Amino acid sequence: MIRARLLKGNFQDSVTLMVLSRDLSALPEVTRVSVMMGTPANKDVFRETGLWVDLLAEASPNDLCIVVDTESDDEAVADAVAGEVRDRLANLAKGVRKARYPVVRSWRRARETNPKANVALVSVAGQYAHGLAREALESGMNVMIFSDNVGIDQERDLKTYARDHGLLVMGPDCGTAIVGGAPLAFANRVPSGPIAVVGASGTGIQELTCQIARRGMGISHALGLGGRDLSEKIGGISAETALDLVAADPATRVVAFVSKPPAAAVRARLLDRMAKLGKPVVALFLGDRPARRDFDDLHLARTLDEAAALAVELAEIDALARDLPRPTGRGIRGLYTGGTLAGEAAALLAETLDLVRDETHAEGFMLRTEAHRIIDLGDDVYTRGRPHPMIDPFGRNELVHALAEDADAGVLLADVVLGFGSHVDPAGELARAVEEMRAARGEASPITVVATVTGAADDPQDLTAQSRKLEDAGILIAGSVRAAVLLALRLLSPPGVASGTPPALLAGPASVIDIGLRSFADDLASNGVDTVHLQWEPAPEGAERLRRLAASLV
Amino acid sequence: MYATINEANAAVIAEIRRARPRLVDVRPAGACIPVLAEGAVLMHAGPPIAWDAMTGPMQGAVLGACLFEGWAKTTEEAEVFAASKIRFVPCHDNSAVGPMGGITSAHMPVLVVENAEQGNVAYCNLNEGIGKVMRFGAFEGEVQTRLAWMRDVLAPVLSATLKRIQGGIDLTALMAQAITMGDEFHQRNIAASALLLKALAADIAAGEATDADKEAVLRFLGRTDQFFLNVAMAHCKCVMDAGHAVGEGSIVTAMTRNGRDFGIRVAGLGNRWFTAPVNTPVGLFFTGYSQADANPDIGDSAITETFGIGGAAMIAAPGVTRFVGSGGFSDALEISEQMREIYVEANTTLQIPTWDFQGACLGLDARRVVESGITPVINTGIAHRLPGIGQVGAGTVRPPLACFEQALEALAAARVAAA
Repeated sequence: MIRARLLKGNFQDSVTLMVLSRDLSALPEVTRVSVMMGTPANKDVFRETGLWVDLLAEASPNDLCIVVDTESDDEAVADAVAGEVRDRLANLAKGVRKARYPVVRSWRRARETNPKANVALVSVAGQYAHGLAREALESGMNVMIFSDNVGIDQERDLKTYARDHGLLVMGPDCGTAIVGGAPLAFANRVPSGPIAVVGASGTGIQELTCQIARRGMGISHALGLGGRDLSEKIGGISAETALDLVAADPATRVVAFVSKPPAAAVRARLLDRMAKLGKPVVALFLGDRPARRDFDDLHLARTLDEAAALAVELAEIDALARDLPRPTGRGIRGLYTGGTLAGEAAALLAETLDLVRDETHAEGFMLRTEAHRIIDLGDDVYTRGRPHPMIDPFGRNELVHALAEDADAGVLLADVVLGFGSHVDPAGELARAVEEMRAARGEASPITVVATVTGAADDPQDLTAQSRKLEDAGILIAGSVRAAVLLALRLLSPPGVASGTPPALLAGPASVIDIGLRSFADDLASNGVDTVHLQWEPAPEGAERLRRLAASLV
Repeated sequence: MYATINEANAAVIAEIRRARPRLVDVRPAGACIPVLAEGAVLMHAGPPIAWDAMTGPMQGAVLGACLFEGWAKTTEEAEVFAASKIRFVPCHDNSAVGPMGGITSAHMPVLVVENAEQGNVAYCNLNEGIGKVMRFGAFEGEVQTRLAWMRDVLAPVLSATLKRIQGGIDLTALMAQAITMGDEFHQRNIAASALLLKALAADIAAGEATDADKEAVLRFLGRTDQFFLNVAMAHCKCVMDAGHAVGEGSIVTAMTRNGRDFGIRVAGLGNRWFTAPVNTPVGLFFTGYSQADANPDIGDSAITETFGIGGAAMIAAPGVTRFVGSGGFSDALEISEQMREIYVEANTTLQIPTWDFQGACLGLDARRVVESGITPVINTGIAHRLPGIGQVGAGTVRPPLACFEQALEALAAARVAAA
């Protein structure tokens, strides 16, 4: 049964219509479909090929003729085909645009097409990954190997070669990396910022970067290592390279590291490297239960969210501290009216700097070393015969004033405790005492004052007004005792400044040769990353000899 | 003798770049191709083939040539004559090329393309237009009428016209312009055909022929969108022969098909053909026809891909890119990028706007084809497999890899022999 439909005034070129005819002829209910414009020549063709129906006589050269040859008696078949023609023409006009990036079939062409490429992203079947990764390394590129099932000896070979040639191998089995904003494989669109994430776990990196982003902070780079990098056999080669890279990167101010607990031999070396990185490092060895958690600028977290929170806190402190002058005095003085606050400050300082705490609490000292002193002014020594300093700030004011003569004091830590029962204006008292003390010390001997405020919004002293008084007096407000201590330490020993030029790999967005999964290239290209997709296939059975022969004939 | 294949290839490519073919005349084939003056001789497309082995379109064209030359009065007579009396020679062995069947006889006119630099000449017959045409195997009635008109009117008018134009038509310049106008010179030649007509029109009008003949010629050129295909083929043959003359290296200097076998020649391997059975083109079909009607791959027109245009420059011709598949432009881009793997250089003369002005491919290297497993894409018309019906569609086809593998083995053997 031949049926026809006309789409009036719908001119299309003949190639479009030939494509449509071919595609629609494959529909199950039809024998064949022919779509042509209603020109006299085309009408002749319909007649000659047995597809004529009288309706076609009405068609003008501007009318689209749809002729359906079908065994069905149902008129609906022709209507459905006509509807399909309309839909497909509409879709064609809208145009589904694919991401544009070059697709090549050989290394030679990949290198020609993107001579600046500095990362090869390999996601072919594991048995082929080593060969391709090695080829990439030998042409001077860094490599991320998404593939798994790569032998550990092969991994060692790749990483050793990379180390000897100043290159980084991420993986095998590396799921996630972000290099200069370029999302490699599984990655999230997180804002750029000062925190570098280095990890042996793909989802660990993803969760960390997302938690950091959720806290309003951003990522400089995220570098993957592969799950076996910290094993004894590999020895953390990529971890060390990655740490060296982020250490030298000026955009990175804080480093967050995540992995399973490293092999014992690797662990010591890794921790040593982190401690000497010259930047704050937060390390999370999942499932690890360390006795000590803070080592100078190295902090061990227990959970992903803790690691993220700590990294963000360190980055915020870094941003704050960058604009502050380095104090001339080297010591921390803590003058706390609250004993627990003093205790926490002392404990944190002691753990971080590996100091011995004063367990006798003589004269209210919670910590007393040559450099640092933390005093609890609520201790009996200070409250004998006078009110508690939370009620009467006179005693602390005295000690603040005394700092005028203490040239070694670089940072003063203090608390302001609001609420019922407390002094009506503790912030004002502290502010005045600090101003007087600073005036006495003179400009040549500045001292940084960091306060915490223990107060709620509805407290009688008015939290906002109290905070403003501190700020007006040039007193920094830390969100917690921990933040106050970290800030003090950061001010007294600022990180080594990375030189102006970042390492080549981190100098800009990665420029990528993608080998394997095409969808990775789609994502890279749609993120504006220079991408070449190398469509790689293993040589077919028997082709090896001739391919080698071809390669050998020069 | 060059020290390396790479150096030899560079020399071949330098010769290809240096060539400057000009369309200088249109003459009877027998007057310029000596073998056609030797009696009942026909040139055909592809590597050598005997009458019995020819597929429908080529046999149909042979019958048409028998009638045209007056060797037979009827189809039956022509069949007997073709089977017993004719000597068949490849166009390629006679500085010539011919599309589809490529059948060319002594009294058919050919385009004369002279290389102003190296001096070699190439020939190709004239495009008959679309519909029932001899190159696709139609041979009766209107085909004979048109062939006679082309011999008696079109050829003399074009010959006289070209003689009026100092130095003939510079094809390199014309093609450089046409590729920016959307031609890839195999599937699409509409811009180049128009540019050629533009270059000829005034001198046709100024010629001595009758007004009726001049009008007929102008109308014919005006409606024959693929007229330039045959010119482009002669151009490519002229250029590739100039490269072939270097006599060394792994650059492919001819690719052609006779309907049975695909044959290639390589600069460093003389006039030897490396052959393997052809594939059948896949593409889009005119109403009433399907893949089942398609004749296996045939014609000398793959000389365009040998030079690096046609399928290799698919991206230049957005209007016909969908012949590669249903995907359109991005598929064409991918095809062209793929071709970059097997061609050594880019042709700076033929810049392709839709490819960020990259030059067309240049220098098809047999080594790279084997090493990558990528064979060239050839754009092609599709002939009906039976004689007398003509073109039924258009599409693409790839050569068999085996041609290139054999050539590679021969190159390796030659290397061993030389050492």
